[in-house]
Amino acid sequence: MSVALLEIRNLEVRFAMRHVTLVALRDVSFAINRGERLGIVGESGAGKSVAAFSILNLISKPGYISAGEILFEGRDLTKLGPQEMRKIRGNRISMIFQDPMMTLNPVLTVGTQLTECLHAHRELSEPEAREIAMERLAQVHIPSPEARFDQYPHELSGGMRQRIVIATALLTNPWLIIADEPTTALDVTIQAEIMDLLLELCESQNVALILITHDLGVVSQVTERAIVMYAGRVVEEAPTREIVRAAKHPYTQGLIGALPQQTESRRRLKQIRGVMPALTEIPPGCAFHPRCPYVLDVCRVQLPGYSIKNGARVACHMVAAQMQTEAKESES
Amino acid sequence: MTVGSGRALVEVRNLAKEFPLQTGFLEQLHFNHGRISRVRESVKAINGVDFDVVKGEALCVVGESGCGKSTVARAIMGLLKPTSGEIRYENKRIDTLKGKNLLPFRRKMQMIFQNPYASLNPRMTVQKTLQEPVRFHYPDLSPAEIGEKTAAVMQSVGVDPSWTVRYPHEFSGGQRQRISIARALAVDPEFIVADEPISALDVSIQAQVLNLLMDAQEQRGLTYLFITHDLSVVEHLGTRVAVMYLGTVCEIAPTRTLFATPQHPYTQALLSAIPRLNEVRPNHIKLRGEVPTPINLPKGCVFHGRCIHANERCLHDVPRLRKAASGVQVACHAVEEGRL
Amino acid sequence: MSPGAWHRFADSRVLWSFRHDKVAIVSFAVMCVYILLSFSAPLIAPYNPYDPTTIDIMDSEIPPAWLENGDTRFALGTDAQGRDMLSTILYGTRISLTIGICAVLLQAFLGITIGLISGYFGGRLDNFLMRVADIQLSFSTLMVAIIVLAVFQALFGTELYERLAILMLILVIGIAEWPQYARTVRASVLAEKKKEYVDAVRVIGLNPVRIMFRHILPNTLSPILVISTVQIANAIVSEAALSFLGLGMPVTKPSLGSLINSGFEFIFSGSWWITIIPGIVLVILVLVMNLLGDWLRDVLNPKLYKE
Repeated sequence: MSVALLEIRNLEVRFAMRHVTLVALRDVSFAINRGERLGIVGESGAGKSVAAFSILNLISKPGYISAGEILFEGRDLTKLGPQEMRKIRGNRISMIFQDPMMTLNPVLTVGTQLTECLHAHRELSEPEAREIAMERLAQVHIPSPEARFDQYPHELSGGMRQRIVIATALLTNPWLIIADEPTTALDVTIQAEIMDLLLELCESQNVALILITHDLGVVSQVTERAIVMYAGRVVEEAPTREIVRAAKHPYTQGLIGALPQQTESRRRLKQIRGVMPALTEIPPGCAFHPRCPYVLDVCRVQLPGYSIKNGARVACHMVAAQMQTEAKESES
Repeated sequence: MTVGSGRALVEVRNLAKEFPLQTGFLEQLHFNHGRISRVRESVKAINGVDFDVVKGEALCVVGESGCGKSTVARAIMGLLKPTSGEIRYENKRIDTLKGKNLLPFRRKMQMIFQNPYASLNPRMTVQKTLQEPVRFHYPDLSPAEIGEKTAAVMQSVGVDPSWTVRYPHEFSGGQRQRISIARALAVDPEFIVADEPISALDVSIQAQVLNLLMDAQEQRGLTYLFITHDLSVVEHLGTRVAVMYLGTVCEIAPTRTLFATPQHPYTQALLSAIPRLNEVRPNHIKLRGEVPTPINLPKGCVFHGRCIHANERCLHDVPRLRKAASGVQVACHAVEEGRL
Repeated sequence: MSPGAWHRFADSRVLWSFRHDKVAIVSFAVMCVYILLSFSAPLIAPYNPYDPTTIDIMDSEIPPAWLENGDTRFALGTDAQGRDMLSTILYGTRISLTIGICAVLLQAFLGITIGLISGYFGGRLDNFLMRVADIQLSFSTLMVAIIVLAVFQALFGTELYERLAILMLILVIGIAEWPQYARTVRASVLAEKKKEYVDAVRVIGLNPVRIMFRHILPNTLSPILVISTVQIANAIVSEAALSFLGLGMPVTKPSLGSLINSGFEFIFSGSWWITIIPGIVLVILVLVMNLLGDWLRDVLNPKLYKE
């Protein structure tokens, strides 16, 4: 296997608060290859957005990266100066946010924003920049791009704005797009269109995609591999099909089981009891143990390591024990 | 259960609500070609909505943002005064009632809100929040009886009794939503309007709240009007579904029928857009164009601009909801003419 | 306050930020000293400036004790009538504070009621009340006060005026500035009214008065608290200005403003302390109230100033 496009090793992010320092991410590692689509799934507060922001060094005070490496094509992004980081951000790696208005400036026309972004990273003449911008607008299936070019963001609908944001993200031919809940603010029909578009673009241009979302349905349709996060830690990583079909970690099982489409109509849903702990009160041992239906004694005291099998990994004592017995059985 | 055979608890007839855009007289004056004219525009949130809620069912109203589903809910609860149309509860017209005459209905009809962070008064303890409606609707009860009644409700929705002296900001979204549900159930209502009650919650918490709502319905024999944009929730919880688009109802059908054989072109597009876990290559029906503004509604069928089946008639005639033998009601010329 | 509420306060951001803000602590301490000293004036003041028998005209214009010709009996010297400056300032501060606080209570009562009604009911009533507020605000407080007080003096004579001076000042300053409260309250009512908890109590069927006062009003208290500190300072300044112009407290019952006024004619004849000392007292009082107001606004409205 070739070197991964992006590899995150043992990343730890802390937030220095008034009285205490909170650990928002602990020992997060994952990698993504060129052209691959990776989903990061978790509930609010699980640390999935923090992980995405830390890749681009966008964590603002009081948060900071306290340990770990973020290797992009072999270069450690945590050690780059602001100037070098800017060359990568928006150029080699692009980001799409939940709210398109976070990326779009309301007082500039769509065209100005697109060409400005190009000028920032490339030496181009105005007509050249305009041509590339038009091309990208057409790529994201915006009807009559010439007319949109001179419009302001507020004149466009939510779905149209998110298309413009995607066009912006594609401008510099990035190798990696990080999309943080790109369709949460949109309606289902628009969400479907945007996801189709992202999928189509990633495949046709061989761009890698990190899709951060709470929606397992979206992840299962768009990504090839998925990471499930809980309380700042990766609890399971596997090919998306595997996760959907037969998740190993009790939390992932719970998340999937809780979806209404997994249960027969009018029957009680399989719910996970309790709530995810706040960062201030993460329990010792496995963070999921107070909610886990299969909790063992060891779960309460010892943080589970990763059990790795067939390109999937799970942080769960019970799964580790099962794998051990399976291994013994196959030996004998 | 046989749907549509029961008695209608709530009847909504030809309901319409417009929100004027220019409220002041001066805002209405426009200067055009040397002439001053008075312009009054309005947002037509709902136009001519008809449906019944049958006793004991869970009618889900589904649609995308801006389709008027919340306006319908608020009009039924008397939080908004409809521009025209009628709302009946047990055959008594309630949209014209005021003050004291409305009180008996207030007790029977309760509402659960979307945002658990805004629906509880931040300056009131859980106990005060829960006891106030009971004390108000049952003035004859002694403080001890009120305490018992709220304690029972709290237990039934999984609210810990030790929470009573605490304030809303100390709770998570899911816990707050439980408190909200307890407040609605505390006065023993018959009919509950739930306006997107789970859309602000995390996936694992959504399941808890949905289970709670279904349990409450079973135990108390409640009737629900459930407003949501989440079709998988509809599929799970609803006995019947009303699909809304741009202020009108396009299709009402029993849930299974609707999901198996959607008839209205919009319903078909909407259902195809649900992200399903087990589909690898989804085949979404693409709609052309965008949702028109509710200020200048298109003539004829409001959906015609985005519909591939639209013909001349759809541009001029407004389709009415028509009931078919299966209990399905569809407002579409193409379906009626058998073109679809 | 119940134990729970006390605990909540002790845990709160307000107290935390107070303990970490030196300006706030000093301002609060100074204000406490002011209130304590002025309201216990009858107990601690060495003389009673209202009692003519204790005043000797022979003692007039004695400089403060630490200056040449000072007299240890009068720590801050005496004024032109021979009154002890320290005692007169203590009593004067009491009058200034009383007028300031009472006027603000009146403002708050009028403003909060009108603001609540205006914001909650909206429509024409709101339009009408807010236009009245605009008109009220377009007259400056001092102008209204000068006209009303001057007309009152002309109609009923100075003798009656002197007896009712405190009441008149409270009324005039109180009525002139209610729109400040009304506007603030209306704005927060409009914001609160949209929240779902208000819909929830409407669904319960509570009547509007109860919804306004029991549910919405407690949630608009933060901005009310903020403007109250600033308004008290403003009211004290207004009162001082009126007294300085001779339309406020009579010389026999001087407030800080009338003290400054009464000493003003002597400032160039060398007796500067009659004006300057009460002036400093007034400036410090107003300053600490404004500092406290600023601090409160920062704490209660973090989005406004902090990132």
